[in-house]
Amino acid sequence: MQLLEFQAKELFREYGINLLDSISSTNIEEARKHVKELGYPFVIKIQVPVGGRGKAGGIQKCQNDDEFELKYPQVMDLTIKGEKARAILLEKMADIKKELYLSIFLNRSKRCYTIIASAEGGVEIESVKNQIIKEVGLGDVSEELAKEVAKEMGLEGKTADQFVDTLKKLSKLTIEKEAELVEINPLAIMQDDSVIALDGKFVTDDNSNFRHDELQKYQEKSEIEEQAEKSGFSLVELDGDIAVVGNGAGLVMSTLDMLSDNGGKAACFLDVGGGATTESVYEALTLISKLDRVKGILVNLYGGIVKTTVVAEAFLKAYENNLIDLPVFSRLKGTESEKAKEMLQGSKIKIFDTIEEAINAAVMGVKK
Amino acid sequence: MTDIFELLKGKPGDSDYEKKGVIVQGITGSYGSLHSRKMIEYGTNIVAGVTPNKGGQKFDDNIPIYNTMQEAVDATNAKISILFVPAKFFLSAAKDALNAGIKLLVAIPEHVPIRDTMETIELAKQKGAVVIGPNTPGIMIPELIKIGIMPPMPFKAGKIAVLSKSGTLLYEISDALTSAGFGQSITIGIGGDPVNGTRLIDAFEMVKDIPDLGGLVVVGEIGGDSEEILAQRIIDIGFSKPTVAYIAGRAAPKEKRMGHAGAIVMGTYGSAESKISMFNKANIPVAKRPAEVPVLLAGKMEKSD
Repeated sequence: MQLLEFQAKELFREYGINLLDSISSTNIEEARKHVKELGYPFVIKIQVPVGGRGKAGGIQKCQNDDEFELKYPQVMDLTIKGEKARAILLEKMADIKKELYLSIFLNRSKRCYTIIASAEGGVEIESVKNQIIKEVGLGDVSEELAKEVAKEMGLEGKTADQFVDTLKKLSKLTIEKEAELVEINPLAIMQDDSVIALDGKFVTDDNSNFRHDELQKYQEKSEIEEQAEKSGFSLVELDGDIAVVGNGAGLVMSTLDMLSDNGGKAACFLDVGGGATTESVYEALTLISKLDRVKGILVNLYGGIVKTTVVAEAFLKAYENNLIDLPVFSRLKGTESEKAKEMLQGSKIKIFDTIEEAINAAVMGVKK
Repeated sequence: MTDIFELLKGKPGDSDYEKKGVIVQGITGSYGSLHSRKMIEYGTNIVAGVTPNKGGQKFDDNIPIYNTMQEAVDATNAKISILFVPAKFFLSAAKDALNAGIKLLVAIPEHVPIRDTMETIELAKQKGAVVIGPNTPGIMIPELIKIGIMPPMPFKAGKIAVLSKSGTLLYEISDALTSAGFGQSITIGIGGDPVNGTRLIDAFEMVKDIPDLGGLVVVGEIGGDSEEILAQRIIDIGFSKPTVAYIAGRAAPKEKRMGHAGAIVMGTYGSAESKISMFNKANIPVAKRPAEVPVLLAGKMEKSD
């Protein structure tokens, strides 16, 4: 999962990384109580798990009550890249001399942690110039290496010392929490030469969740996502009208791509896992029945071992129990597909020999 | 470089040539037992199972079960193991195998923490062992040996090497290849995790010099940069066997994990566009649909004739 800025900063604070004073809130009444404590001027920052907040107007300066009363609701109402505000962070205004970039990420091809640092931060990583890249293996960043990075960035004196300290703390945090990415961008040099984390990005390795109860409070899941997880499915909600179901992440992604190539829009990505059984398909249909934007269901199953009749049974049961009343367009590869087709004759379920045919029918079907 | 074929088949003249012994870790679990039987059906020589506290028993009245990998290896001298334990117990089971002298470890479990995978890889390096996975369907030489969970139906012996991050897409595309008359010399599941014991580039190194290799199919997906690195390597060495790629996840939204732990685009890192453009640079056509793979491969073969 990707933590929100204020959540990442909670972890930064815990590890002693320098921050400005800030307070998060989820409504204006709550925020008003904090305003006096914090004092003007401050910045209102939308809390969404995506980048590009500044450009989208999600970060606004406030000098007085009038501005605060006007801007807080405006920012709260924004949707950025499809993401609504989860919270608002009020943060003291900073007097910045320079913006740096610093991150530690899991380098997948080198299979080790890697530092990226730059003296020219504050822009998206793709645009960060003069990147200093250091592979650090599986362990902590040493004092020596941190000093080397600071030197290469041209930092001196107090700033260099504080940068070294920040990098070491960031590395400890990354390793102890098993993060895939921890980024401070910008890491600011203040007028007094101190170094402060102005933003924070933190992506966890969800597979290590069982070792990190302390991070579970940040887990933000919709009811349907939680149910999917319980069933051992992977579900990603999307904003179209055709639910896409299949077995295996690659196959479902591939189905999504082909649907999109043919002008269809997916309502969700639902991977029921490598195998497929009557129960898992029925459970998948139960989940989909809870998404109201769905107008049709596209099913792509590659059953090496599974009998397609078993899947057909799940469909029939779902209609019988009035679980769904939507058209289903499916391609089922596996044994007994002729028999399965027979079983489904006259129902709202259409079985096709190829996924291409199923997709065409689904795209046409939901247009009606 | 490890000779993967020698590991899987042995050398002609060896007493165990083409019937290399395989140990199953977690043989008594529901998943482990199901797939042990399916592997045996396929012709894989399963010589032992390991389940702590069940040592001395027999699996299906036939295959001896041991408490530890050391005991199983001592008794059978096997160099290959396949691992079915839950993700939480993966690291200790993998260490158990590598410390006992296993040289090819096929790691099936999904949801293994990245740090545990990295520790396993470190140990494997020290021991000179190959790790396939985790989160992989396994590895197979069609019609000879299957160390994994793949259904047998899509595969047929032949001359095409297939490397895939995804399991079901490996089946789907191998099926399409088989139907088009392209059998497979070997198929290797890389796995859908961010960090893989055998990366695409490593798998490529294992297969590129197969004497009668007819072609290569690479089934990638969004996330990471292993496809880009492979494409660069293909350019660098001037690999000239007909090669076709497929990349899943073109329509996936950014910053969302699409089922596989590794299938996530962060910024531009891991995007389908980046992978496709690198393959194009390497003169490798990228199929838009799985069914298009054999068509493009046939096209490539005509050109190279």
